[in-house]
Amino acid sequence: MSDTSTQPPTRLVRRHTPLVRICHWINAVAFVLLAMSGMQIFNAHPALNFGQRTDFDHPGFQLRAIQQDGKIVKGETSLLGVSFNTTGVLGASKGADGALEANGFPHLVTMPAVQDLATGRRWHFFFAWILLFNGLVYVGNLFARRRWGEFVPSRADLRSLPHIFVEHVKLRFPHGEAALRYNVLQKLAYLSVIVAFPVLILAGLTMSPGVDAAFPWLQDLFGGRQSARSIHFILAAYLVFFLVVHLAMVALSGPINNLRGMITGRYKIVEDRP
Amino acid sequence: MSARKILSRRETLLRLVAGAGVLSLGGCDIGESPVALDILDKAEALTKAAQRALLAPREALAREYSRADVSPMFKPNGSTEPDDPDYLNAADDHFATWRLKVGGLVETPLELSLADLRAMPQRTQITRHDCVEGWSCIGEWGGVPLKAVLDQAKLKPEAKFIAFFCADDLEQTLDGTGRYYETHDLVDAFHPQTILAYDLNSAPLAIEHGAPLRLRVERQLGYKMAKYVMRIEAIESFAALGRGKGGFWEDRGYEWYAGI
Repeated sequence: MSDTSTQPPTRLVRRHTPLVRICHWINAVAFVLLAMSGMQIFNAHPALNFGQRTDFDHPGFQLRAIQQDGKIVKGETSLLGVSFNTTGVLGASKGADGALEANGFPHLVTMPAVQDLATGRRWHFFFAWILLFNGLVYVGNLFARRRWGEFVPSRADLRSLPHIFVEHVKLRFPHGEAALRYNVLQKLAYLSVIVAFPVLILAGLTMSPGVDAAFPWLQDLFGGRQSARSIHFILAAYLVFFLVVHLAMVALSGPINNLRGMITGRYKIVEDRP
Repeated sequence: MSARKILSRRETLLRLVAGAGVLSLGGCDIGESPVALDILDKAEALTKAAQRALLAPREALAREYSRADVSPMFKPNGSTEPDDPDYLNAADDHFATWRLKVGGLVETPLELSLADLRAMPQRTQITRHDCVEGWSCIGEWGGVPLKAVLDQAKLKPEAKFIAFFCADDLEQTLDGTGRYYETHDLVDAFHPQTILAYDLNSAPLAIEHGAPLRLRVERQLGYKMAKYVMRIEAIESFAALGRGKGGFWEDRGYEWYAGI
């Protein structure tokens, strides 16, 4: 037990500018809705392959429902020729009436919940615009204020990578002044997201026959429309993975303080002991 | 941190996830709420304007491929066997007595047989067909440029759209709004790659692919490319057709301009 006199002093510091905070939350809402409506759109043809055209017989990745006597009995996920039973989650999951339905992703995570490609597209394109404009403001600000360096690891950062990694695995996070600048893992993670979004948007645009006619080089950049579709999906999956780790880190390293930092901009640090 | 605290945090997270699920499943799918959809619709005009701006110059061509790129199997989608009796009769004698009717706001209404259409200028193009569902097939289409047909019929100045009326009912309805139709503006109607195709991969179009005539508009998605085209009309507005949105799928929530 410790009494108050031995508790280290704390102070609130300004952590994030209002613009960064606003961009963060707009991006959060738009990304979640884009991921959900994206899964709705994916469900219309829940398979991926590379190249220009679809290879219906040999998809690299597929979510499918297995039928027996006209009834759906099993959901299956296959990746590069290996199949997994994913009944109830991927390939086949329960519909409103409780019976198994052929759904790539389950209703629980798609927007809208029911199978409705037209409405899924409306959600997707609306929030795609929001994500794009918001991203332009964010990145424009990053360059204008020369804050790019916040996310680019230095040589010293890279040398500290093994040590920081072990510390993170042990759930020991930096505090004091060190918590005010990103460590190498944070830099790499945030940098990957800042790079992934534009590539993801370009891959999405490459699925458009109109955009492909206007900019034929996009198809060559990604290796065809079906490749672009696969890359769009893989990057989206990566960003969902990032989001899960991000939320876990927020929760494990002082959720209240982290949330306050991103909402009010004020972040509490513990003064380093002399 | 105590074990109990971790547990309760996990429980809270699970409840949150389950709560979000209930929000979208429990009879009030916010994804389908009319208020939300009205707001989402605001972006469609922007999406269309952006695409049209990108496609200036308007003649920008969709990529054409080589024979080696052609899909081994071109997936038939939508209607694959219309059950309209007139259509079935025409199909029985290989469309020998069938005529494409061209009318509406034109100076010279036309009735063209397949032989007439084959005698007109021909264009062959190997293009990628992009379905709104996400898949793509590459096929070699042979047909008559729509421009050649429209030039022969001579559009009246009021004509703003070209409507395509088809033989297939993709949905059985009592009021006839399940009959397939499509509309395009003059930019796409006169585009050099817009053709009325009668051949696929060097063979006459099969019924599953829209025999005797299928529209190709290569810079848009598959649903804009009507199959089983029976009649073409130049029109000023599509408000009076079907449910007024300019096409079978447009009437069911899909975008009229389907470039993406």
